[in-house]
Amino acid sequence: MATGTADTTTGAARAASPTTRRVQASLARRRAAETRFRLLGLAAVIVGLGLVALLFATILTRGLPAFWQATLTLEVFVDPEIVDVPPAPERSAFANQAEYEEAFLGWQTALARTNWGRVLRNALLAYLPPEAADSGRAVEGLIASNERFELRALVQEDPGLIGETIVFQGLADANVDVWVKGNIDRSLPDDRLPLTSDQRAWIELLLEQGVLTQEFASALLFNVDSRSSPASAGLAGAFVGSLFMMLIVIVLSVPIGVAAAIYLEEFAPRNRFTDFIEVNINNLAAVPSIVFGLLGAAVFINWFRLPLSAPLVGGLVLTLMTLPTIIIATRSTLRAIPPSIRQAAIGLGASKVQTVAHHVLPLAIPGILTGAIIGVAQALGETAPLLLIGMSAFVAQIPTSPMDSSTALPVQIYLWQGNELRNFFEARTSAAIIVLLALLLSLNTLAIILRKRFEKRW
Amino acid sequence: MKLMTLTSALAIAAAGVLAAGSAQAQTRDTIQIAGSSTVLPFASIVAEEFGNAFPQFNTPVVGSGGSSGGLRQFCQGVGENTIDIANSSRPIRDGEVEACAAAGVEQIIPVRFGFDGIVFATNQSQEGTFDLAPEHVFQALAAKVPVDGALVDNPYTTWNQIDDSLPEQDIVVAIPASNHGTREVFEERVVLPGCETFDVITSMEEEAAEEACLGFRQDGRVIEIAGDYTETLARLEAQPQAMGVFGLSFYDQNRDRLKVATVNGVVPSLETIGSGDYPVSRPLFFYLKGEHMGVIPGIEEYATYFLSDEMAGPEGVLVEAGLIPLSDEQREEAIRIVEEREAL
Repeated sequence: MATGTADTTTGAARAASPTTRRVQASLARRRAAETRFRLLGLAAVIVGLGLVALLFATILTRGLPAFWQATLTLEVFVDPEIVDVPPAPERSAFANQAEYEEAFLGWQTALARTNWGRVLRNALLAYLPPEAADSGRAVEGLIASNERFELRALVQEDPGLIGETIVFQGLADANVDVWVKGNIDRSLPDDRLPLTSDQRAWIELLLEQGVLTQEFASALLFNVDSRSSPASAGLAGAFVGSLFMMLIVIVLSVPIGVAAAIYLEEFAPRNRFTDFIEVNINNLAAVPSIVFGLLGAAVFINWFRLPLSAPLVGGLVLTLMTLPTIIIATRSTLRAIPPSIRQAAIGLGASKVQTVAHHVLPLAIPGILTGAIIGVAQALGETAPLLLIGMSAFVAQIPTSPMDSSTALPVQIYLWQGNELRNFFEARTSAAIIVLLALLLSLNTLAIILRKRFEKRW
Repeated sequence: MKLMTLTSALAIAAAGVLAAGSAQAQTRDTIQIAGSSTVLPFASIVAEEFGNAFPQFNTPVVGSGGSSGGLRQFCQGVGENTIDIANSSRPIRDGEVEACAAAGVEQIIPVRFGFDGIVFATNQSQEGTFDLAPEHVFQALAAKVPVDGALVDNPYTTWNQIDDSLPEQDIVVAIPASNHGTREVFEERVVLPGCETFDVITSMEEEAAEEACLGFRQDGRVIEIAGDYTETLARLEAQPQAMGVFGLSFYDQNRDRLKVATVNGVVPSLETIGSGDYPVSRPLFFYLKGEHMGVIPGIEEYATYFLSDEMAGPEGVLVEAGLIPLSDEQREEAIRIVEEREAL
């Protein structure tokens, strides 16, 4: 060994010294190791991308067809014999608002009692063979049952339609949609199919006449959830619920988070206490979201007595979840701003608050925005804590305030996934996922654009 | 400066949101319902139609959580942040009534509105058809079964080992977990009667017998499903040899994917369950909180609308969705209970 070392020191200049030989001998191995590592890394990226591609491909192939839906375009005669309601009350005929409202409610109730199903049935019969008239409810089974209320809403809007013939576009029943799209095995025996053989023959007839077509499913985006008429189920209620929650999250978590970050980064002394706070914030960011749900149920609902299923409570819970993300993002942005900016401001006589408010914060805003948007996007996709505060209920109304019951987009996906009409809701669920993914992607794109646009490099 | 204005604007908006919220919280005007996932589809349909038929009321909100979960929420107390109606696929238990009373809920108005059948079904791709009897189900599920007059560890791995008439198919059964009301009915109407056909069991003490009957095997052949029937269906699709326990209404919507088993030779259908020929059915209930009636608008109207001809009647919407209706007299009795607020 001793001689070997001597060789190394004396033979360093020579080309074929033992060290060089050893290095040369190991070169192939090292190169191989590097190639291996590079290939492994590449493989990891490819596997990751492949999985993402697979995910998107399955969701898109399943969900995209649901954006087009079997729709009936009918000439509907609003028969005054069936729609037998008095003329709508006029405001001028009543002494005060209360009396008018009572009369109007009475009129609405009369409209609600009308058999709109029969109006639609009669309209549909015009396109079907005469014997269909004696087939009981089979004819009504072709049209989504909530179209009754769509027709009623039209007439309520414009009572002049009574006695007129109008062109009415209504969704076909969910089973019709499933049949037309071929989402069910058509070769099954009759007793295992949801539609009778008569109904299936009528569908062919309606398709030939061009009455039954595939139209863009605006119901998916603009209707509320529905159980009695699955074809009409839509995301509007969940969307507004999510919107309320996100507003609450933004309004609460951005100011609190930014203020906390500025204090900790710019003002707080460095001591055990602030270290303790820092450790806790980092821990909070790692807490599983369901824990926040349990906390929300215990504190906001049982203690503060806030209502169940309300976006307000959901927003508060998600705020707790988003806060650490925003604090951490803001702090790292603040840290990245060179001290020279602060020193220059202080040198010119600015106070600490002025330095922060006039110089540091404006420079930090792009980073803060990015952090906030990513935090909000995370909150938008969160499901587990919402289930615990009752936001998984069936709600068939668009919430008008954060205190009304509502669901949220990811919860709606969960609910549709559990709907018993599997053939229809499998596609519908994927369509809802597409909507949610599109929202998340656009939020993330916004974050990237903001960063690119306002980012300053030092 | 700009920043200050921005933050104060945000603060004012936050205060506004909260204030608007608390002003509204004074009187909740939407009925809150929770409970059984078997009742959920029916209650949701009624809620939706109710909202459309009564312009003066909001559409009730229907939550899930299983019969036990719903009744637990129901018994949390009286007040606006507790639910008004609990859906249940089994009658309320004495312990629950006590819990309710302890929390101040004394007027529990029980409303029975129909029946549901419990069916056994396999993946439609399976060759064999099942004609089950309760004792087959017991022998497939129990941890210990009687063989030659003695209780031994369950030796059966395929159905035809239990009875020659059954197909040669692995025994794997997905049953509802104990948070479901279905589980109780399943045990009472299928497993116990099946168990009690054996002399070894009937000669035992009552408690020991029940333990022997309801002790299910732990070797992975009995799968407890805590979620809803979609989860059971997914299980059957992943594990085609498995058999699942479903509600009739769920099976009805997914006939193309499921193959139903007969019980004692009777095919489950609205007719056979209504007539009582099919042995496994259970009543469905909802419970009204008497204290909330008259405070939260529309509870009585919702309940009577639920029981009306259009909804739970023999030709109503719910029957189309798979509910087995009550007879007209039973329905009138239920309406009377609601109108007279006849509490337990």
